[in-house]
Amino acid sequence: MSICSPVLARVAVLVVALTTWTAHAESHSSLDPKPKAPEPALVQAKAPPFSDGIFPCMTCHATMEKNGTRRELAFHDEQQSIFSHDAEHRWCLDCHDLNNRDVLRLASGAPVPFTESYRLCGQCHGDKFRDWRQGVHGKRIGQWNGEKTYFLCVNCHNPHSPGFRGVQTVMVDGKPTVAPTQTRIKPEPRPVRPEEMRK
Amino acid sequence: MSDSSEPLTPREPDPRDGLEAVADGPADPARRAFMRTAAAGAAVAALASCNIEMEDFLRKHFKQLTPDELKAVLARLERKNLERFGKKTTIKATPAMEGVEFGYGLDLSRCIGCRRCVYACVKENNQSRERPQIHWIRVLQMDKEHGVDLANSEIYYDPETVPQPGKFYFPVQCQQCRNPPCVKTCPTGATWKEKDGIVVVDYDWCIGCRCCMSACPYGARHFNWALPNVPADELNPDQHYLGNRPRPKGVVEKCTFCIQRVREGRYTACVEVCPVGARKFGNLLDPESEIRKVMETKRVFIFKEELATHPQFYYFYAT
Repeated sequence: MSICSPVLARVAVLVVALTTWTAHAESHSSLDPKPKAPEPALVQAKAPPFSDGIFPCMTCHATMEKNGTRRELAFHDEQQSIFSHDAEHRWCLDCHDLNNRDVLRLASGAPVPFTESYRLCGQCHGDKFRDWRQGVHGKRIGQWNGEKTYFLCVNCHNPHSPGFRGVQTVMVDGKPTVAPTQTRIKPEPRPVRPEEMRK
Repeated sequence: MSDSSEPLTPREPDPRDGLEAVADGPADPARRAFMRTAAAGAAVAALASCNIEMEDFLRKHFKQLTPDELKAVLARLERKNLERFGKKTTIKATPAMEGVEFGYGLDLSRCIGCRRCVYACVKENNQSRERPQIHWIRVLQMDKEHGVDLANSEIYYDPETVPQPGKFYFPVQCQQCRNPPCVKTCPTGATWKEKDGIVVVDYDWCIGCRCCMSACPYGARHFNWALPNVPADELNPDQHYLGNRPRPKGVVEKCTFCIQRVREGRYTACVEVCPVGARKFGNLLDPESEIRKVMETKRVFIFKEELATHPQFYYFYAT
């Protein structure tokens, strides 16, 4: 026993030390979960500008009588004339809020600010919405492994006539952004043919 | 006989052993020295007539350069840029990132054939503007009726607006093959595949034989028949040794996924300019990347699959 005791003592010390260390490690890990890789920062591009002098809508609508019946409007011809967003079934107040014209509304009646219009679009276009959130639909610029700017649905699609035709660069608050056009894009010049290069 | 007095020890095999046997006489140090001087003199004379500097002539292959040698090479190229364009430029040689393999996705259901990518690429990568005109991206107009069929394609389409009814557009650029035929044919090792998947060309090592051009099934390589014509005020000063630095006459060039941008984490110029967002780019090894989402959720194909080039460039249909 006299020979064994120092060895045993050492083993005991080791066991105690190990237990403490393990316990410490466990408590440490339970307090500090493994840090996740940081999500790449996503920056929202500026929404395209509203039609001139139209916003805020409540400047006019605050004093106007609220009428929720579907009808031809005597005003807003710039939207009405191009309206082709399931025109047979849809009209203004399916997306615009009757009580507060400065926001949009979901099918549930919940208000949505204009800067989050994608939530409204995503109600019907769920497949596109899913792809867009993953960066598959639409466009992102910036860093492939870091901060990127994403564009909103309305940067490329006119919500009143959403079929894609073309886009143009516009300035909003001194920053360039993208706005949809009603005309198609003119292509850049064709390549020069070899025989033309020889001349 | 001093030789026989020395102990007989096995000596290291000399690679020149065989050559000694065919030499026409005993090795004469004086003669060798003379030949060396004469050869060097001839080389200097030849270099002087071709306007090549001695350092460039004697330097090692890009992959064998020490950091100091690389620095000197880059500084020399920056000086040459200044002489040629009168503009200060920065040439980097940023290496591939660890754990990154680039993948590119092109959405054929979105592309409208506007050629914005073609000209953004020319500008970013300092391609020759005219005589010769070099485009790394070529957009083919195809018939929806025939599908992806090169026999029914047109690159010189020039309508007022795009897309034209009944047509779709098929941009082609370097596919960054995993099994690149161009690399196999290069006789000088001037082109190779980097760790992140980019197939690069060292313009200082290229002898302009154009074997790689005939080997490439995508027509993605282009030859500088004349000194590239790049206006100094349009020269992109942010350059990479293996990418967009100005090329000399008589070398081959190709798409490098904008190596000067992507190795700094940025998207390529064509991705950023595309007005319809048809171009996707990212790290194939990152399951959260856009390109991986494309590959996992969309109908993806590779161009000329039957040739087993295994491209890192994927075409897909999002709708």
